[in-house]
Amino acid sequence: MKRTRLILAAVIVAGALVYLILGGLRGAIVYYATPSEVLAQGQSAVGRATRLGGQVVPGSRRRDPITLELRFVLTDGKATVPVVYRGAPPELFTEGQGAIVEGTLRADGVFAARSIIVKHSEEYAPPKTP
Amino acid sequence: MKAQTALGAAAVLLLATAVYTSLLASPPDAFQGEYVRIMYAHVPNAGVAYLAFAITFVTSVLYVWKRRPDYDYIALSATELGVLFTGLALVTGSIWGRPVWGTWWTWDARLVTTAVLFLIYSGALLVRGLSDDPQRGARLAAVIAIIGFLDVPVIHYSVVWFRTLHQPASIAPGSLKIAPPMLVALMLSLLAFTVLFAYLLRLRTRLARLEAGVEL
Repeated sequence: MKRTRLILAAVIVAGALVYLILGGLRGAIVYYATPSEVLAQGQSAVGRATRLGGQVVPGSRRRDPITLELRFVLTDGKATVPVVYRGAPPELFTEGQGAIVEGTLRADGVFAARSIIVKHSEEYAPPKTP
Repeated sequence: MKAQTALGAAAVLLLATAVYTSLLASPPDAFQGEYVRIMYAHVPNAGVAYLAFAITFVTSVLYVWKRRPDYDYIALSATELGVLFTGLALVTGSIWGRPVWGTWWTWDARLVTTAVLFLIYSGALLVRGLSDDPQRGARLAAVIAIIGFLDVPVIHYSVVWFRTLHQPASIAPGSLKIAPPMLVALMLSLLAFTVLFAYLLRLRTRLARLEAGVEL
């Protein structure tokens, strides 16, 4: 009788966990928003703490010689968001690669980043020798 | 005892070979450079942690069902080793994340579910230790271990189900995204860690049996 109760309790807890994970969390655990998603929010995205992720558009990276701000553009292939960052990016921050920035979208449409994280792919290969 | 010594010798030899292939014989990565070598320590730690908890899961089910103490000795030993290797996977992941991602830690689904796994099985060990009656402690630990194992598939598929910073698996059925010399280094390292784990598991299980006052 005690064992049946134990098994029953275990099944209920396990069921609740599965429900939470598959039902509730599946759509909700999103580490970063794409440029399209951020722009789709319109004015409501302005000033709200956001994680924005995409590819760094090749040729978009430049540093303002006077303010020393780093500027680049993130894209998901459909929409683009210009980003401004003050400081040194991570060592592997590269154009054409993934990057995730934390910060807020300003009213002028520029994303002010507080931090930059580099996202890399699951592909591993030695460098191509020219 | 002979088998145990042979297993230990094999682990030492394989680990030495794995160190050589990981650090010297394998090439750097096109994007990550030398940092990719941390993968040869990180992935085997995580892989062995999965294996350890799979063993904990099976032996816990058997223990709850059959009530034979032998199953509990294995479950206890595999839990301890699983917690150790999960901890090492978290630490090596952090060390890898710092230069490559630019952060030691972030609240990504893969990272969080792995930290939860560490806590679940640490909790199982804690509950076992807190119980006055060893058999009751073993039963409670087994129930936690069985339910907690649900987290392992969640960790594994977290990078597929959720949008994460952590990259998906490089080795999956029908898709291999890792160059052959790097794959060799990774597989060798996986094998070395697995043999080391087998060695430690046998040793710890024997110790658990001795501690319980049962003759070998």
